[in-house]
Amino acid sequence: MKAKGRVHKFGDNVDTDVIIPARYLNTADHAELASHCMEDIDAGFASRVNEGDIIVAGANFGCGSSREHAPISIKASGVSVVIAKTFARIFYRNAINIGLAILESEDAVAHIDAGDVVEVDFDDGSIINHTKGEIYCAKPFPPFIQEIIEKGGLLNAISGGE
Amino acid sequence: MPMTMTQKILAAHAGVESVSPGDLIRVKLDMVLGNDITSPVAINEFEKAGFCEVFDKTKISMVMDHFVPNKDIKAAEQAKQCRCFAGCHGIVNYFDAGDMGIEHALLPEKGLVKPGDVVIGADSHTCTYGALGAFSTGVGSTDMAAGMATGEAWFKVPSAIRFNLKGALQPGCSGKDVILSIIGKIGVDGALYKSMEFGGVGLHSLSVDDRLCMANMAIEAGAKNGIFEVDEKTLAYCKEHGAGEPCIFEADQNAEYDEVIDIDLSEIVPTVACPHLPENTHPASELTEVKIDQCVIGSCTNGRLSDMEVAAKIFAGRHVAKGVRCIIIPATQEIYKECAKRGYIEIFIDAGCVVSTPTCGPCLGGHMGILAADEVAVATTNRNFVGRMGHVTSKVYLSSPETAAVSAVKGHICDPREVME
Repeated sequence: MKAKGRVHKFGDNVDTDVIIPARYLNTADHAELASHCMEDIDAGFASRVNEGDIIVAGANFGCGSSREHAPISIKASGVSVVIAKTFARIFYRNAINIGLAILESEDAVAHIDAGDVVEVDFDDGSIINHTKGEIYCAKPFPPFIQEIIEKGGLLNAISGGE
Repeated sequence: MPMTMTQKILAAHAGVESVSPGDLIRVKLDMVLGNDITSPVAINEFEKAGFCEVFDKTKISMVMDHFVPNKDIKAAEQAKQCRCFAGCHGIVNYFDAGDMGIEHALLPEKGLVKPGDVVIGADSHTCTYGALGAFSTGVGSTDMAAGMATGEAWFKVPSAIRFNLKGALQPGCSGKDVILSIIGKIGVDGALYKSMEFGGVGLHSLSVDDRLCMANMAIEAGAKNGIFEVDEKTLAYCKEHGAGEPCIFEADQNAEYDEVIDIDLSEIVPTVACPHLPENTHPASELTEVKIDQCVIGSCTNGRLSDMEVAAKIFAGRHVAKGVRCIIIPATQEIYKECAKRGYIEIFIDAGCVVSTPTCGPCLGGHMGILAADEVAVATTNRNFVGRMGHVTSKVYLSSPETAAVSAVKGHICDPREVME
């Protein structure tokens, strides 16, 4: 599986309140959540983001609330993968459980700039920066988590679906 | 291999002799929790995956607390969906307007959590119950759905940071000041993926409410869970609230920790976390130039009876400063009733405060006290992220109830020891 898109870059400690403010948590509708994605940190994000685009961020991405609405809004906005130095643990779980691709790579975060066109190969964890002509490596997932991803999320994994 | 307290609880619930940090395990759950925001997503997933029955009607709690009493039509629809699901599946511990409370104050009060339990909740502050010697942690809605269906959850066994407490708190200081100081010291990802294990001789001087407040904010340091050694106070609390038979786990003497941090409680001062991260901590005494528009005393962090008592002592015979709105939210119906019985409500109203029925409301910028552009609040809540309580340019300062109440009276942030006897 591969993803390719233009990069939107953010700093450290991007919290779930700025990813999807609580005033929009009165709905679970994916498209509506997507229309407010990143609203309190980058008001124009939802209108600028294109299908396949990539979020690159610093440490502790997704800290704060357990709201699954956060990874849902990112996924539904068309973002193909989030690359960060580290993820907050509940966000990490939620992303895997709902099938939003995430990768940890300090190297990639250090070298990728906003607007770069980046390609990710999930099979070997390589991150290719087409704009700069560089390649970075992501930390591979443990096999247990890879299995959840391959089965299309946690509920498929436990219910024997797909 | 020697184990920490958390590792022992996880091993017991996984049915294995021992576990090591990094092991991926499947554990049996004693309680699965959700609220009116996270449960609808879980219910959708549960039904989409084709599950027909919950694993145990007595081991699921659904608490309508975030946008309840319903703040708008959409919120009402979400609560309705939870109500229908709970009715259909015979969920015993379903709490709605009239008998609800803020979930993390309510579950301990109802005796639904006890030492040695494993609890997951689709709310990040589920880590609160570590105060009672349980392993409890926040998860998302999909994990909640899986937990409701199977009674199990997967975990990566965490390593731990040990906090050795000694001494006792000075007057005017509380558990909130301790946990804010700790987060200020280790940072918002200082305990990422780890357990924060609290013990030592100083632990016994902390009230159970102080411990609940501290464990509540373990997530604000990125931790998987916060957990306290069980002592006489824990057991007395659980007995008083009708919790079941406790199962006490103790860390092995030679358990390995990533780090051991000594905390002298007597050195803790009233502490405030400035915008926009809980790690931006400063002594309250250094922030007297910060004028406030609003004060909120409540939440799953500090809406307990002892918090109300502290506020009532400060507001008795005093008045909220001109131009400041002060919103007080007892965390459960029981606490609300006790506040009325003890005359606290009258004190609050005489002091010019708003007193609300239990709700998470303003803490997450939901309702009941949203901030306008550039407004400043001091709040006993747990997060001060950008836009957390309202407008994206508003600011939240996190503090203890002591500091918040005194600041409401003064109109600016103030060290409570200046006013308290």
